[in-house]
Parts: sequence; C-alpha cells; structure tokens
Amino acid sequence: MGRRTPLFDLHRQLGARIVDFGGWDMPVQYTSQIEEHHAVRRAAGVFDVSHMCVIDLEGSQARAFLQRLLANDVAKLKTPGKALYSCMLKESGGVIDDLIVYYLDDSHYRMVVNAGARDKDLAWIRHHAADFDVEVTERDELAMLAVQGPQAREKVSDLMSVPNAKQALALDVFVGRQIDHWFVARTGYTGEEGFEIMIPAAEAVHVWQKLNNEGVVSCGLGARDTLRLEAGMNLYGNDMDESTHPLESGLAWTVAFEPVTRKFIGREVLDVLEAKGSPRKLVGLLLEDRGILRSHQKVIAPGIGAGEVTSGTYSPTLERSIAFARVPAGTGEQVQVEIRGKLLNARVVKPPFVRNGQSQWAKAAPFAHESKGL
Amino acid sequence: MSNVPSDLKYTKSHEWVRSRADGTVEIGITDHAQHALGDLVFVDVPEAGRVVSAGEACAVVESVKAASDVYSPIAGEVTDRNPDLAAKPEVINEDPYGKGWMMRVRPANAGALASLLSSADYEALLKEEGA
Repeated sequence: MGRRTPLFDLHRQLGARIVDFGGWDMPVQYTSQIEEHHAVRRAAGVFDVSHMCVIDLEGSQARAFLQRLLANDVAKLKTPGKALYSCMLKESGGVIDDLIVYYLDDSHYRMVVNAGARDKDLAWIRHHAADFDVEVTERDELAMLAVQGPQAREKVSDLMSVPNAKQALALDVFVGRQIDHWFVARTGYTGEEGFEIMIPAAEAVHVWQKLNNEGVVSCGLGARDTLRLEAGMNLYGNDMDESTHPLESGLAWTVAFEPVTRKFIGREVLDVLEAKGSPRKLVGLLLEDRGILRSHQKVIAPGIGAGEVTSGTYSPTLERSIAFARVPAGTGEQVQVEIRGKLLNARVVKPPFVRNGQSQWAKAAPFAHESKGL
Repeated sequence: MSNVPSDLKYTKSHEWVRSRADGTVEIGITDHAQHALGDLVFVDVPEAGRVVSAGEACAVVESVKAASDVYSPIAGEVTDRNPDLAAKPEVINEDPYGKGWMMRVRPANAGALASLLSSADYEALLKEEGA
C-alpha cells in the first residue's frame, strides 16, 4: 500500500482507477483521461495534488538561505504573495527538484516541491538550513487541490464568502494569499487559468464534493500529464533529474546568473556551461507520422547525432503525438524517431504546443504519408 | 462486468475470434481489454499478405499511457485489416466486437479454432483474474 492523501477514499468512491505515483496511491483517471483533459481546456477540472509537499521557511535569514539554495533568485519577489519557479541544484549542477516558492514576508517563504522528491528535498533543505537562522516546517496538515480551466477561478470563489471571493479574484498571476484558512494561489500546471488551494486536510473531501456539484470535473494524473506537456511544462524525473542540468533541460530561463555575487549551489558548474555553451538542448517534437512518442525512444538528428525522447504522449487538443526530447545542440528542424524498429518523422518545435486553449500547430494538417494508410 | 458474446471464441490474452462464411476469421480485442486499456489513440495492424503464427505479437494498440501487443490467436495469412482504425482508433473502445474488428485472417489449418476458449471459458478466466 502506498501513501494516501485525505481524498483517497473519495477517489475510490468516485470510481477512480488508482496507480502508484512516486510511492503514493493516486487516481490516474475517473472516467476517461481524454474527456478529463478536454474538461480542463474547455471548462474546469479539479486535481488532488496533496501528495506534493508544502514547506515553510521562517526566520531572519530565510531570504539569504533561499538565495543560496535555489538557482532562481527570490530577491526578485518584491510584493507579498508573489511566487517564482526554480530548480534546486546539486554542486554538480544536476537538478534535485523543480519547485515554486512564494514570498509571504521578509521572514517567511513557502515552497511547494514534488511528491516523488519530497523526502530527499527535505533532507537536503534541512542540511543546508543549519547554516542559517531559518526554521524549516513541513506543512503536512494541509491538503492541496488544483482547480484549472477557464471557469476554475469563478467556481472556487463561488465556494467562498463574498469578501474572500473578492480577494481571491483580485489575485494576480503567480501570486498566492492566505485568505482565512485557505492559501489561494493563481498558479497551475496545465497552461490554463486557475487556482491551487492549500486547505486544512479535514476540509478536502467536502470542498471536492462541492466543486463536483458546481460542475467541476474530477481529473486524474493521466490528464495532468497530457495537459502539462501540451503547455510546455517540464516533469521532474522525465525531462530533468540529478544527471542533467538546467541548460540542457529547457530551464536556462529559470537560472538567475545576475547578480554575479550570488553564490547559489551549483553556480560554478553552470557558469562554465553557460560560457562554453551546452552540448545538448531540450526541444519540443511534433510527430508527423502516425504513432505515439514515448520516453527513451531514440531521436536521430541527420548528420548531427542522436538524442532521446524524455516525455512523450498523445495530445488530445492537437490530436497527434507530442514530446520533449534531449538532442545535440546543433539539431535542426527535422528529426527521426525510432519506434518499434521503424524511423518516423518528427518536427522540432518550440513549446508550448497549446496556448490559451488553442493549438499552436495546425490541427488540420494531415499526417505525412496519409496515402500509405497505417 | 464486461460483455462476452457467446458466438465468439477467445484467447487468454483477451483477443476474440469470429468465423466468417468465406472461411476467414475476424479478430479483435475484447470488451474487457478495451476497458482496461482506456482511450485508444493509436492502432497498428499488419497489412494484407502478412503471414502470422499462433501466439505471435502481430499488432499494437496504444492508449495515452502505454502500448500493448495484440497476439494472433491462430496461424494464417492476413487478408484484410480494418481501414477505419488509422483515423479513429477509439472505435475499438466504442464497439470492440463490431466496428472495432482489427484484422481478418485465412487460417493455415482447419480446426485451428478448436484450441481457443469458449465464451464460458473466457468468462471463467475473467472471474479468476478478478475482473
């Protein structure tokens, strides 16, 4: 039996198919993964993300600590509640995890880290926090729900009192705020509008059921994966891990090299890589033939070299297969991917694949070799 | 509770077989299989002319999450494949025993179907598997 969130019994009651995810028993789908995906792009869906770990950092040196710990710079966060997305690196420059950190006040920051990495993240954070005046508190009494889609924010605020709803709807993008006993953040992992709410665990079932009653669709991890890949968002463990650095993972934009005096963990290695240029890069792929791209498939850049698919799936919005792949830096616009012994054609594209619910690539474009049938 | 038509034969790997008047057999995957796989997004079926052996992995069905092999229940030669599955693989989910047929095969031997499971056998198998 894996670890379970406060919503596990409800997921079972709702007919969810449960799978192991990083040691947690989580719902992969309730009805149809593809229908759940469409519900988020068109209306609103709710995801249980309580398996992720909320960590509060409090103390006079909370900021200084995070400036050492994280590759992005929390000093950029000037207004209370503002968040940023960052990697946490090893001295070797390898990625320990990707995470979001909120600036609550000068001596209080909040981080949200991935479920699969939570134990090692906590150990790493506690180890390095010992050198600073900062307290590390795992907030495991909280559940977390992600409500995503064009109608999501309205549906969540409908559950709140009028003054609280006003505060929630006034939130800017990538800002979070404690509103009574809910922490409401205008963030997400789907490319749609929405909130991620951290609430007392005891309220989780009731809130989920009220959202269902408002027409918000229960959505599982399956839809979460197709949505995030369409939106061009990385998945830790697939698109990067401890053996890869941010510059070859499409995450150079999350590394704050300025000011040069900020000595974050992993900086030395990254400075060298940045100067020399990374030999590999992460790109988006659109499969032009029929088929499905999957992790670890070999990618061939003609005349240049080979790489590998890191995340692949079927895109319900584009109705074809999309992927991220790590390839040689000089890779051009066309590659081939080896699938079950055959070489299929793929186009290199810059993510995201879907923006504001719209496909960035002609959905109507016919598959290559259509006349050959299957 | 999945649908198991009594006029078909079955395999342990969840394929079904239907005898046709012209001596060929029609093959697909069962209702249990399509439900376990979820929404199908890609199907790869052999072309006419391909020779298959009993138990050979000859086709692939892919859901969003994973690819699964489909095994030929009998030895023979593929005479037809379902042309609708390329554009609409979800037909297998919607109608696994009818419009979702995958291929037609001319058996290499008469009596090839004798060793296949009856609908009662297949239902018992599903019960054992806890389906």
